[in-house]
Amino acid sequence: MLGYTITQWLFGVLSFLAIMFALMVVFSRNPVNSVLYLVMTFFCIAGHYLLMNAQFLAIVHIVVYAGAIMVLFLFVIMLMNLNEDTEPQRTQITKIIAGVAGGLLLFVLVGSLKGTEQLQLQSYGASQIGLVKNLGKVLFSEFLFPFEIASILLLAALVGSIMIGKKDIK
Amino acid sequence: MINGISINYYLLLSTVLFIIGAVGVMARRNSIIIFMCIELMLNAVNLLLVSFSTLHNDASGQVFVFFIMAVAAAEVAVGLAILSMIYRNVKSIDTDLLSNLKK
Amino acid sequence: MIKLIALVPLFPLLGFLMNGFFGKKISKGLSGSIASLAILASFIVSVLAFIELQGSTQKENIINIFSWINSGTLQIPFEFLYDPLSSLFLLIITGIGFLIHVYSTGYMHDDEGFSRFFTYLNLFVFFMLLLVLGNNYLITFVGWEGVGLCSYLLIGFWFKNTAYNNAAKKAFIMNRIGDLGFLLGIILIYITFGSISYTEIFDKAGSVSPATITAIALLLFVGAMGKSAQLPLYTWLPDAMAGPTPVSALIHAATMVTAGVFIVVRSNVFYSLSEVASHTVAVVGVLTALFAATIGLLQNDIKKILAYSTVSQLGLMFLGLGVGAYSSAVFHVTTHAFFKALLFLGAGSVIHAMGGEQDIRKMGGLSGKIKITFITMLLGTIAISGIPPFSGFFSKDEILAHTYEHSKILWLLGMITSMLTAFYMFRMLFIVFFGKFRGTHAQEHHLHESPTSMTFPLIVLATLSVIGGVLGLPQFWGLPNWMHHNLDEVIKIKNPSILSHETEWKLMGLAVASAASVIYFAYTLFMKHKVLPAEKESQLKPWQKVIYNKYYVDEFFDIIIRKPLDAISTVFYKFLDLQIIDGIVNGVGTAVKSIGSIVRLAQQGNIGFYIISMVMGIVFIVLLTFLVK
Repeated sequence: MLGYTITQWLFGVLSFLAIMFALMVVFSRNPVNSVLYLVMTFFCIAGHYLLMNAQFLAIVHIVVYAGAIMVLFLFVIMLMNLNEDTEPQRTQITKIIAGVAGGLLLFVLVGSLKGTEQLQLQSYGASQIGLVKNLGKVLFSEFLFPFEIASILLLAALVGSIMIGKKDIK
Repeated sequence: MINGISINYYLLLSTVLFIIGAVGVMARRNSIIIFMCIELMLNAVNLLLVSFSTLHNDASGQVFVFFIMAVAAAEVAVGLAILSMIYRNVKSIDTDLLSNLKK
Repeated sequence: MIKLIALVPLFPLLGFLMNGFFGKKISKGLSGSIASLAILASFIVSVLAFIELQGSTQKENIINIFSWINSGTLQIPFEFLYDPLSSLFLLIITGIGFLIHVYSTGYMHDDEGFSRFFTYLNLFVFFMLLLVLGNNYLITFVGWEGVGLCSYLLIGFWFKNTAYNNAAKKAFIMNRIGDLGFLLGIILIYITFGSISYTEIFDKAGSVSPATITAIALLLFVGAMGKSAQLPLYTWLPDAMAGPTPVSALIHAATMVTAGVFIVVRSNVFYSLSEVASHTVAVVGVLTALFAATIGLLQNDIKKILAYSTVSQLGLMFLGLGVGAYSSAVFHVTTHAFFKALLFLGAGSVIHAMGGEQDIRKMGGLSGKIKITFITMLLGTIAISGIPPFSGFFSKDEILAHTYEHSKILWLLGMITSMLTAFYMFRMLFIVFFGKFRGTHAQEHHLHESPTSMTFPLIVLATLSVIGGVLGLPQFWGLPNWMHHNLDEVIKIKNPSILSHETEWKLMGLAVASAASVIYFAYTLFMKHKVLPAEKESQLKPWQKVIYNKYYVDEFFDIIIRKPLDAISTVFYKFLDLQIIDGIVNGVGTAVKSIGSIVRLAQQGNIGFYIISMVMGIVFIVLLTFLVK
């Protein structure tokens, strides 16, 4: 199709959608809409993961981000009853300055990427690294200690958020 | 399945996503939206890690993404708890109103 | 007991700590008892160790306490050296120290700083013991600085009086000049020998170049000059009389000021090897002796007279050291400690009786009122004047005999000094104790003998002053000279006397005759003709004025050192300090303040602004990496 492989088509479409949804997150006036657009962005990113043979990660990504984190966001927004009317807005000039700063950052970062080596991604014949079996092996052998630390971190976050969220601490 | 796509495209894609997140942080006043934009920036980095993991056929990059997810989950849990606490006390989550540190 | 020699300095340290921490909470009696008993315990240990050392064949005992400095090639253990020299000094320090502690319980009884006084006194004894016990120059140096500190604290003991504080500062600074020389000497010793232990370096001294030895000896002597008040660093000692009288007796007569003699005797190898250094010591010594003795002639303050006499006697000791008569010098240190401590304590007793009066012109006729003080002081005066068989005669005669074989001129100067000493000491005695009472009526009414705690040390010291001579009876009398024999091990290079017995008899006779005639002269002058010191300076003859004003040495130092320094300081103060330094300091402050008042505008509490700044910062840094590349 038009001289592109199906992979390239998929990449282009997913990238375009991801960028579009990401922009919608920023520009949407209603916080609830922002959350939904962000979920869409995450779906696109999950699609990229699938493209790169990281199947397990793609699933985890959807489950954790779209399923847990974004739902949490949604809950909080609904709890606070935020909508378009209550949404505070920056002045026009601040928005322009923010855009210019972002543009400059994009400019220098892209500029720094220019001239780097053009390495082609490829799927290694029987690439299994994205599968649960392989990731589990790496995670429980090479990264066992950080893994345990992460579990303590999650526990601490659990306790911490309960402590903070309590009405009044006695 | 991924044959024929340069790593530079992924670099560009994640840079763009990252900067959209950064602009969001700069342009919005709602703390929750800012928070979401931070998540977006984190995901841009995740995407880059996975693409390099594929490039080098090494699982470490993907394991890092797991850790980032765990940290992000913890961060969101605590962060949203703090935000709801602030909202309960100040009845607002507008960053411009939360400038007590200035005094 | 030798193994336990560390107990000797330990007791005063404990006494110091107890009085220092709890002195204000306990009664005066307890405080004084703790301090005195601590020194008594040290004295007992010293005596036991001394007896053991006399019976033992091993004269050099090294007692390792702990490893002190251990850094690369620099190894300095904390070791004590217990040999005949340090054993003798231990006895002097703890023995006389104990007597003076007892005396002080009486003398200082009404002072509000009673426990503070004993705290300092114990600390002083501790440092002094450290000084003489150390087996290397560094421990000695620690003690050396420590006694300097205690001297400073005790001279300025009545710190509410500015003049006393100034005297304390003067002593401290003068000592500092000497200490610098001492420290440089130690460093030079370390560079030369790679060690500063007494037991290690002296055997190697013969193989070192004579110039180095001379330099070491002279640097150490500079230290001794400061501590032992030799020309030109002597001016602090007379001023140091501002301290309480027991302090003058202990620190500024019996012990600390003899530290200089101690260090020269300890390092006697260097001085025996270097003729230049030993000549310098002898000349400086005899000049100091003569100089101080002449000043002593016209002083009217009873303590000042004794102070100049101390300087003069120290000069005699250095004369002895310079001519190689080390054991004689140590002998004189010992006898001098007896009779000068006695004289100071006696003077303290007189001052006590007079209610604080120190001017001899206001005294007179005290012999009947304070009998014990009078008799003991008379004995002390005879001892210092060199009348046989009192102790001072033997030690002084030994030094002069050695000087005679060395140089006739030095001997003559020494003889003159000795005669002057006899004159001014008897002048003081006659004016204070005979004639009519010249003080106020209230003072006459107040006159009383001191309490037993003060007269007891006087009696003991008087006894020692009388019989102390047996420690070093002249060898040509065919009697054993214990002092000489005892220090045999310490003096590495011997310097035996070569005078014929006939000459020695002649010298001795001459010394006695001159002393006796001078005393008779003083007697006719002050007893028969009742000559009294002039009331006002204007009544003095011109030459007397010069001496009365101590040859204007203080004024001389004032003009050549203090005035220029003052002038330079004023310039620096006016220009450098006020204009430049203050300008810089204030300028920095003002600049920070004004910059801050601008920059604080950025701190506006707007998170969005912070983030934008941060992003711009990142942009800038990334750009910078490109530019640098």
